[in-house]
Amino acid sequence: MPDSRSGPVTLTVNGSTVAVPSGATVAVAVVMAGQACRMSVSGEARGPLCGMGICFECRASINGTPHCRSCQILCEAGMKVETDE
Amino acid sequence: MSRNSKPLFDVLVIGAGPAGVAAAVRASECGARVGIVDDNATCGGQIWRGASEGRDGARWTERLETADITKLYGKRVFHAPEAGVLLAEGTDDLSELRYTNLILATGARERFLPFPGWTLQNVMGAGGLQAMVKAGLPIRGKRIIIAGTGPLLLAVAAYLRKQGAEIPTVCEQASWSRLARFTARLVGYPGKIVQGLQLKKELAGVAFAANSWPLAAHGGKMLERVTISRSGRREVIACDYLACGFHLVPNVELQSLLGCEISGGYVLVDDFQQTSVPGIFCAGEPTGIGGLELALVEGQVAGYAACGHTTEAGKLFGERRRSRRFARMLDRTFRLRRQLRDLPAAETIVCRCEDVPYSRLQPHRSWRAAKLETRCGMGPCQGRVCGPAAQFLFHWNPDSVRPPVFPARLESLVGPADHSEPEQSATTGVSR
Repeated sequence: MPDSRSGPVTLTVNGSTVAVPSGATVAVAVVMAGQACRMSVSGEARGPLCGMGICFECRASINGTPHCRSCQILCEAGMKVETDE
Repeated sequence: MSRNSKPLFDVLVIGAGPAGVAAAVRASECGARVGIVDDNATCGGQIWRGASEGRDGARWTERLETADITKLYGKRVFHAPEAGVLLAEGTDDLSELRYTNLILATGARERFLPFPGWTLQNVMGAGGLQAMVKAGLPIRGKRIIIAGTGPLLLAVAAYLRKQGAEIPTVCEQASWSRLARFTARLVGYPGKIVQGLQLKKELAGVAFAANSWPLAAHGGKMLERVTISRSGRREVIACDYLACGFHLVPNVELQSLLGCEISGGYVLVDDFQQTSVPGIFCAGEPTGIGGLELALVEGQVAGYAACGHTTEAGKLFGERRRSRRFARMLDRTFRLRRQLRDLPAAETIVCRCEDVPYSRLQPHRSWRAAKLETRCGMGPCQGRVCGPAAQFLFHWNPDSVRPPVFPARLESLVGPADHSEPEQSATTGVSR
């Protein structure tokens, strides 16, 4: 849950800097950056669907670890997120 | 990757939503060594989401946090290598969890139905978008159409509106007559009426349409407009998000893996919430979609019963009976109408993991045949999204469940060297 008492957290999504509320998930950062999370097997750009770690549409590479479910991982300062886009 | 030691829990609870939290708190009060596992970073499940929302949420999560309970958050159970043992994977660790009694409070997920354009970015679940907003997504000034079925739609509408979103319409597929019957019977549930009135106040000015559903979502890569059917008339509405969910389906994969008997999609339990497997209990949505109150009471019954405190458990049976009646009302009211089977076009993707379109599934006679021929349901979500959709569209029954119940890292699967070959015994019940 975002905590309004502490300041925003800054991270990068595909090299661009994004500031998100403290406590935000990585999926939120990707959507705020206007990026897709992954390209589907037939080449559609996809974003989060279920928001709860079931659908796997939000998977992205976080600090070099591929296929992370970004909706279940909280943003940390300096995190590097890479998506398929 | 680190391997965690092997604590033995008297009671291990899987899922830290309302049912799991209530179960863990009651079991701990009975003096048991309790562990609780959840794949999210905090407790609360989908409804409370870590925040102490509402009085119930605050009270129960505080009880959980102050109790002497081992909390294992951010860990996902993916395998049951032998009776009394579960394996759970964290971001970079593997836990072997040993238990005497197990309480499965695995909750539910949204049912998604495919329609043209539903794979566009910014088409999300109703609960899905709410979860994203609770996780920090700013939506002030955004136009959001909410569509599907079930009481969740109104709760989501009220929440999103409070966060500053504009809600052009809420589309509920159920008919006005069903909704009217439902409302009339709420008289027996004063608590629900209060919640309803609160919602009504929060939703003042939002257009609510029964007999209505989404026909198509349009846009380039990103959603731009939605075509809805409102009481038989087509309407196109511009929006930033479509939040779309067709009520809930229980998460029963782990129960199925453990050999618990399942009927009609729900886990069968006795009066004490015990499944067909002795020592394994189940509480909350997997036994029947009933919402918060039923989850709390079932969780408490399971927590007491798992510790042998059957008298305390028995005191809650009356409250549980009332809540179950409400659950049956929900079922009847929000049953999906047949027309929704006609929503997908030939090229509409049904399986989002493998991009399998409707036309490739249509010729098949069973879920298994479709899987073998098309790879439908064989991607990372393991059919959690397309399975319930295919069940509704084609009347296919789900397949048996095999480990891992969630995709796991290779090193997690081979990590516990002594358990690398899952035993296909009666106790683990892998082959059903």
